[in-house]
Amino acid sequence: MDVTAIDAIISKFPEVKGNLIGILHEVQNHFRYLPEEELRYISSKTDIPITQIYSIVNFYNRFSLKPKGKNEICVCLGTACHVKGAEKVMNALEENLNIQKGESTDDMNFSLEEVRCIGACSLAPAVVINDETYGQVTPKRIPSLLSKHKDG
Amino acid sequence: MASKTAKQKTVVISICTGTGGIAAGGLKVVEAFEAAFVESKVTAEIGPRTHKVGCRGFCAKDVLVDVAVDGNTETYQFVTPDKVEKIVQEHILAGKPVKKWLVKKDYHDFHSKQQKLVLANCGTIDPESIEEYIATGGYRSAEKALKMEPDEIIDIIKMSGLRGRGGGGFPTGIKWESCRRAGGNIRYVLCNADEGDPGAFMDRSIVEGNPHSVIEGMIIGAYAIGATEGYVYIRAEYPLAVDRLRLALDQARDKNILGKHVFKTDVDFDIKVVLGAGAFVCGESTALMTSIEDKAGEPRPKYVHTTDRGLWGKPSNLNNVETWANVPLIIDRGADWYAGIGSEKSKGTKIFSLVGKINNTGLVEVPMGIPLRDMIYKIGGGIPRKKDFKAVQTGGPSGGCIPASHLDMPIDYEHLSEAGSMMGSGGMIVLDEDTCMVDISKYFLDFCKDEGCGQCTPCREGVAQMVRLLTEITEGNGTLEHITLLEELSHMIQDASLCALGTSAPNPVISTLRYFREEYEAHIIDKRCPAGVCKALTTFTIDETKCTGCTICARNCPVGAITGEKKSPHFIDQEKCITCRVCYEQCKFGAVQKG
Repeated sequence: MDVTAIDAIISKFPEVKGNLIGILHEVQNHFRYLPEEELRYISSKTDIPITQIYSIVNFYNRFSLKPKGKNEICVCLGTACHVKGAEKVMNALEENLNIQKGESTDDMNFSLEEVRCIGACSLAPAVVINDETYGQVTPKRIPSLLSKHKDG
Repeated sequence: MASKTAKQKTVVISICTGTGGIAAGGLKVVEAFEAAFVESKVTAEIGPRTHKVGCRGFCAKDVLVDVAVDGNTETYQFVTPDKVEKIVQEHILAGKPVKKWLVKKDYHDFHSKQQKLVLANCGTIDPESIEEYIATGGYRSAEKALKMEPDEIIDIIKMSGLRGRGGGGFPTGIKWESCRRAGGNIRYVLCNADEGDPGAFMDRSIVEGNPHSVIEGMIIGAYAIGATEGYVYIRAEYPLAVDRLRLALDQARDKNILGKHVFKTDVDFDIKVVLGAGAFVCGESTALMTSIEDKAGEPRPKYVHTTDRGLWGKPSNLNNVETWANVPLIIDRGADWYAGIGSEKSKGTKIFSLVGKINNTGLVEVPMGIPLRDMIYKIGGGIPRKKDFKAVQTGGPSGGCIPASHLDMPIDYEHLSEAGSMMGSGGMIVLDEDTCMVDISKYFLDFCKDEGCGQCTPCREGVAQMVRLLTEITEGNGTLEHITLLEELSHMIQDASLCALGTSAPNPVISTLRYFREEYEAHIIDKRCPAGVCKALTTFTIDETKCTGCTICARNCPVGAITGEKKSPHFIDQEKCITCRVCYEQCKFGAVQKG
């Protein structure tokens, strides 16, 4: 367990009250998921019951108890993207990566998620890979997008 | 060659670096200009300035670049790094704008009916510079307000007619007043930047393009209400907006605009940023507060208003980003000025995101009450590929679809509600003849099923059952009894759910049944999806009289279901066809028929 990392994250916040979700965001960014041992440590350190932490982790879509791939692909399934063919983009990604949405590739290079509207509706259909937003994505563009991020 | 003429020039290049602009390559265009300036020795001689600005609205034309030479501005569209060299050489150095890359008539049409007040500085100032905000009159209203009596401010907001821009349109001044009158010493002002409605991105653009306007609104509100602490609850899905907001808050603290003794008065006020974590329901006021309190974002019953007992049990006033950004304008220019804009009961302007099947997609700010037709055909430039307008979906998952018969309806709170939809946060998703209304209803109900918090049974179980019924209809297994059941469930969920997400979840079904019942019946009785979307109910065939044998459909068919000789009519093998629509979308001659 990486106690130093957790301590460093918690100490960044002036107080725990009102900042638990912020702390969990940072922990997830660090580990690419929320490992159980680390969550128990946060609980003991902050005096927030582990049940409360678990209920948060389970409630919010961004949090994951399973490790995520090195590259996180989020396909926007907002309304504008939906009417402009986001399903087909998702299907093409599932086919290319040989995984279903919500899963990661065996080599942990990619994980594939759906997200409900990233507010880039004028770029529909949109896909976010790590911090980069791609607009007007078509199934044909998927292989080149993936190779751009492979091992990257 | 640059030396003599160039020396007298002042050159400012403004480049869109909102989320849309960056995705289209905005930052690379900035770099290209800077490199080109160094290369052509312009930097040393005239000191041009590249200027990163926020979203300018017309995202369909990104990257948009303003080139201002001695105050004369020309706007370029679709700028890519490889175009920069020519613009520098011909426009900046030789004084001849590159005409073929300048914006065209549609750019001017897009702006013709707009009235940019809240968005006035989005796309013109650098959102990362507090100095630029102050130079355009920023924080003048907050300074003015802090010299007024709190009740005076509340009266101005009430008289202006400002209503909440995030949902039901509750009068802002009345909300402030209730919060101010609530007991106790501690009060909070909150900003809802958890813009979850799919299809809406005005709040993201305001925070990305002019974050100080939101902060200024909150300072005025906090002083009027008597709060010393504020929170902005913002989606983690908006990383650029989060960064710019945090930077703006730091800048405001450095200038003593936030913190202790704001503007050297005895008023204290500061703002914390709380990130959401991907839960749509947290846009609901009580769920948002529960989420800030380190809990799962479950809504609470509202028999006690949040203005009496909200965050941490204290009186709390929640407004959304756009509402807060209106406040400095009203204080600066007065209630009468503001009340003079808009329609009878809906005052001011409203920002809409015009997206979906529309030519000019982007962010639009118009006075309340303009006809829907102007929005779609004048500003939006109509429907791509000369398709027919079918409906516009407003209000997000809580809203509804407004059909073509209502094109002359004024867009304001009252008319949208009468038409069975709502304002919501201002998303406008345009749907054309190729959009299936049953599929759209299923999409929204599915959205609410996934995003519901699961606390109350009517919403949790009822919405899931509605999704099941809609799925059966789209798969060809629907009966007329399905429609009756959908209607019964809708009323039960509306009556019995705890929060607004639940009570409004059936709206997409109710509104599409009101205007497009025959489309449901076509799915059920004729086993046919008129829009050609529902796979089980669609077949594609080729009209031999229209097919020119161009082979584009055959080349694009992913399963090799289309055969035919070049220059003679083609044929679709129904056994192989997976109804993916690729042929329908690719055919330039309208030869592929859906049915």
